Amino acid sequence: MTKNETMTNKPKIILGMGTCGVAAGAKALLEKVEGYIKEKKIDAEIVHVGCIGMCHEEPLLDIVMPKRTRVIYGKVTADIVSKIIHSHVQQDKPEKEHVLSQMLPDDGANPYPGIPYYEEMPFNRKQQRIVLKNCGFINPLSIDEYIARDGYESARKVLLSMKPEEVIDVVKRSGLRGRGGAGFPTGSKWEFCRKAMGDKKYLICNADEGDPGAFMDRSVLEGDPHSVLEGMIIAGYAIGANEGYIYVRAEYPLAVKHLKLAVPHARENGLLGKNILGTGFDFDIELKQGAGAFVCGEETALIASIEGERGMPRSKPPFPANKGLWGKPTNINNVETFANVPQIILKGAEWYANFGTEKSRGTKVFALTGKINRTGLIEVPMGISLKEIVFDIGGGISDGKAFKAVQTGGPSGGCIPSEIIDTPVEYETLAAVGAIMGSGGMVVMDNASCMVEMARFFLNFTTDESCGKCVPCRIGTKRLLEILERIIAGKAKGNEMDILVELGSTVKAASLCGLGQTAPNPVLSMMRYFKDEYEEHIKDKSCRAGACTALSRYIVSPDTCKMCGICVKGCPVDAISDGTKKSKKPAFIHDDKCIRCGICFEKCPFDVIYTKGAKKAVHAKEEALGEVKA
Amino acid sequence: MKVTIDNKEIIANNGETILEAAKRAGINIPTLCHHPKLSNYGGCRVCMVEIKGMNRFVASCTTPVADNIVVETNTTNIRQSRKTVLELILSDHPNDCMTCDKTGDCTLQDLAYEYGVKENPYIGAMRQYPTEDKNPYIIRDFSKCILCAKCTRVCNEIRGVGAIDIMKRGFYAKVAMPFDEVLDCEFCGNCVDVCPVGSLTEKIAKGKGRTWETRKVDTICAYCGVGCGITLHIKDNTVIKVTPTEKESVNNGSLCVKGKFAYDFINSADRLKKPLIKKDGKFVEATWDEAIDYTVKRLKEIKEKHGSDSIGGLSSARCTNEDNYLFQKFMRAGIGTNNVDHCARY
Repeated sequence: MTKNETMTNKPKIILGMGTCGVAAGAKALLEKVEGYIKEKKIDAEIVHVGCIGMCHEEPLLDIVMPKRTRVIYGKVTADIVSKIIHSHVQQDKPEKEHVLSQMLPDDGANPYPGIPYYEEMPFNRKQQRIVLKNCGFINPLSIDEYIARDGYESARKVLLSMKPEEVIDVVKRSGLRGRGGAGFPTGSKWEFCRKAMGDKKYLICNADEGDPGAFMDRSVLEGDPHSVLEGMIIAGYAIGANEGYIYVRAEYPLAVKHLKLAVPHARENGLLGKNILGTGFDFDIELKQGAGAFVCGEETALIASIEGERGMPRSKPPFPANKGLWGKPTNINNVETFANVPQIILKGAEWYANFGTEKSRGTKVFALTGKINRTGLIEVPMGISLKEIVFDIGGGISDGKAFKAVQTGGPSGGCIPSEIIDTPVEYETLAAVGAIMGSGGMVVMDNASCMVEMARFFLNFTTDESCGKCVPCRIGTKRLLEILERIIAGKAKGNEMDILVELGSTVKAASLCGLGQTAPNPVLSMMRYFKDEYEEHIKDKSCRAGACTALSRYIVSPDTCKMCGICVKGCPVDAISDGTKKSKKPAFIHDDKCIRCGICFEKCPFDVIYTKGAKKAVHAKEEALGEVKA
Repeated sequence: MKVTIDNKEIIANNGETILEAAKRAGINIPTLCHHPKLSNYGGCRVCMVEIKGMNRFVASCTTPVADNIVVETNTTNIRQSRKTVLELILSDHPNDCMTCDKTGDCTLQDLAYEYGVKENPYIGAMRQYPTEDKNPYIIRDFSKCILCAKCTRVCNEIRGVGAIDIMKRGFYAKVAMPFDEVLDCEFCGNCVDVCPVGSLTEKIAKGKGRTWETRKVDTICAYCGVGCGITLHIKDNTVIKVTPTEKESVNNGSLCVKGKFAYDFINSADRLKKPLIKKDGKFVEATWDEAIDYTVKRLKEIKEKHGSDSIGGLSSARCTNEDNYLFQKFMRAGIGTNNVDHCARY
C-alpha cells in the first residue's frame, strides 16, 4: 500500500482522529462528513487515521479519488467541509481555498496541477519519517493496513531466519540509542539482558511519557500501535523474554484504546501468544496503566508500579537487566525505540546508520511547540541543527517576535540560546551545551518569555512530581522553587544566584534517581545563558520580558491619555484616579493599590498605558509606544 | 574482592554494600534511613560517598562493592553535601529540641552537631500536619518526620502487618494508615523503636524524662514464655519506657504491645504484692507460708471428700514452658487428675 492508496476504487475521505485532531474539533467534523455523504448519497469510504504531525493545521481532512493523488486540507471546520466534499469528491476538483498539499504521485497516481507536494512543503522537506512512517497514513485499528505496509515482515524475518545474537548484532550496528532521553545504546542493553542469568526474563515498553508539552509516544501509540508491538516481539526474541508489559499512562485514553485493540488483533493473527508463526517462540504482551505519576517514567519506579508497589525508584545497581521486574532480568525501552526496530531489521543496520551522525544514528521525533509558526510532531535526522528545526521546519517565531531560546528535554533538560542555535541535534553536543536530547519535547521561546519564569515553571513541575523518597529531591527542589518564586515576586535579597548554583549542584549530585539528578538542569542552564536577566530580576527588580507581573508597574502616559474613563471603570480595586472627562485630568494609577491584573492595559482603547520595570521591554504595546515614556 | 576505602585496603565480601564493608573496617559513615535489619533504602542520602571515576555521589547503604573501587567517605565535598542535606532536612523540621522527648537520643540532632548545622539557609514552607495522638499508645508528630521509611519498612518487612505506608508525593509525602485514618494497628511499637527522630514517641513516656537521666536495665519480659529481651529505662526507680534490647535476644529487636507499652502495672497502687486469704468474707494479707499451707490443706480436704476429679487446674501463657510443665505434672501426679488446662490450651 502506498501513500496515495491508488488501489482504492471509491473515494476515500481521511480524517486525522488522533488526540490532537479530536481536540481541534475532528469529532464534530466527522459527524458533519457522515451526515453530508449520507444526505447526498455519495459512495465514499471514511477512514480514521492517527496524527500526521501538522498540529498547526488541525483538524486535517484528506481526500483520495481513484487513481488520483491524496490531497490534504488544513484547518477544516464543519462549515466548510461540505464545500470541500462537494467540489473534490463530487466533481474531482480540489477546493483550492483550503487545500494544503498533495502527496507525490509515487505510484502512478495522477496529480492535480497547481497544488504543492506535501513532501516538498517547508514543514516536511527536512523531515525523515522512519518511526512516523505510518502515522497519519494507515488506520491504526487495522492490522491489515499495517501488514500491507510491510508490517510484521521484520518479526517474520527475525523469528524464521535469525538467531537472537544476530538480532542484537544488527541493532548494535545500527547505532540505535535509547529514545527515552538518556541515549543508552539499545543493542548493548539487549545484550546485557540476554546474557543475564535467570530462568525468566521480562520486556517492558515504557509508554509513561510525561514531559510537559511532549507527545511523541502518544502519537505513535495512537497512530501506529503495531509498530511498537512488532518492535517488542523482536526485542523479546532477542533477549529471551516470553512476557512483555506496556506501561502506558492512563491519561492517554486513545492510546490505551488502540493498544487494547491492537494486542488481540496481533494474537488473532498468530503474532502474539504461543508458538508465534509456528516457530515455537512464545511471547505475549500485557497492558499496565499508570496512575499519573511522572516519576513512574523512571525505570525502577515503573517496575515498582507494575509490581503493585508505590511508584518510587530503587537504587541502581542492581540494574534492571540483572534484577528488574519481580527480581528477574528485565529490559526496558521507550516506545520510539521499539518503533525504530522493525525498520532497522527490514532495511538493515547500514541503511539506518546512514541517517544521523557518527555517535547519534538515525532519526529523532520531536514535539515542536511554543512560540513558533508551525507547531507539530516532527521526525528529523540526527545532526540537523536546531536552527533548521526552528526556522525551516517550524517557520520561525510567531507574531513577528524574536527568537530567544529553545528548550529541549523538558523538566530534565536545558535551554539553548540564539547564539548557539547552530548546535546539531546529537546526544553529546546537546549535553555539552547544558541541555539534553530528552524524550523529544522541544519548546521554542520568544523574547516575551522570561527565563526566570520558565525555570520556575519546570521546577514547579518537578517539585510536584518528586516522589518524596530522597531528601535532595524532596526538599531541595522545593527550596530551589521557592527561591525562584521570591525572585519573581521581587523579594530577592541578592545572594540568590549563588544559592541556586550551590543547592542545584548538590541536588544533581546527591539525588537518588534521574528525576532529582536532572531537576536543577533548567534553572542552571538558564542562569548560564541568561545571567543578565537573572541579575536584573534580583538587583533591579525588573523583568525585561514583562512576564513577571510583580516586577512591572502600570503607568498611564499623561500626555496622550484621552480621559475616556474606561480604565477607571475596569479597575477591580479602584487603583486609578481621575482619567474621566469630568475630572479633566489624565488617569493616574496608584501603585500601592495596583494588583497588576493588567485589565487597564488590556482595556485602554488608545494604548496609552504601558508597563515600566521591564527595562528593555519587548511588550508589543510598549514597543509601539516607543522608548519615550520609559 | 579488594576495595579501597579512605586509603585503607579492605577485602570485601561479594554482595556486601560499601557501608557494610566500611563498618567492618572501622570506618564510620553516618546514616539516617539505614537499619541493618531492614531492606536497603537509600532515601536520606546522608551516607553518600564518592567513588573515584563517577561523577555523582552514591548512597553507600545501597551500592554494592565492586572489585578495585576506590571510595572516599569524608572529603570536603562529601561533608559539604551531607551538610546541605542536613540543612534541607532541618529547613522543614521544628527547631524544638529543648522540649522534644527524643533529645539526646536523636540521630538528626547528633548529625547536626557533628556537621555544625546552625542556621537555616533555606527558609521556606514547612509541612503543617497536625500531630496525631488519638490512638492509645503512639504520638505521631508528622512535622518531625524525615521520611526515612524505617517505620513503614519495619511494619511491612519484619512485622508483616503493613499498617502504614507513604502517601502523597514529594514535599508533602506523609506516613499514613490507609485513607490517613487514626492509627489502628497491632501497636507493637516497633515503628517507635526504629524512628531516628522525634516523629514517633511513646505516649506514656511523654515528659517523664530525658535519655541521659535514665538508667538502662536489660531484663526479660515477664508477659509470656517467649522471653523477649527488653531494656527498662528507669528514672527515680520508676520504669518510664521499655525498648527491645539491643543485645542478641530471641525477639531480635521486636516486641509486642504488652512488652512495649503495658508496664504501668509495675508501680500501680492496685498491684498485688502479697498473697491474700479470705477470712469472714474479706481478703486479708498473709505470708507465702500461710498461703501455701492453706492451699495444701484445702486441696487435700477436697480431694478426700470429693475425689481427684473434682479439682481442676488452669495455667497461664505468661508462665514459662518449665512452669507449665511442672503445673500439669503437679495436677496429674500430685492431685491425680487430668483436669488441667491453659489459657492457650495444653
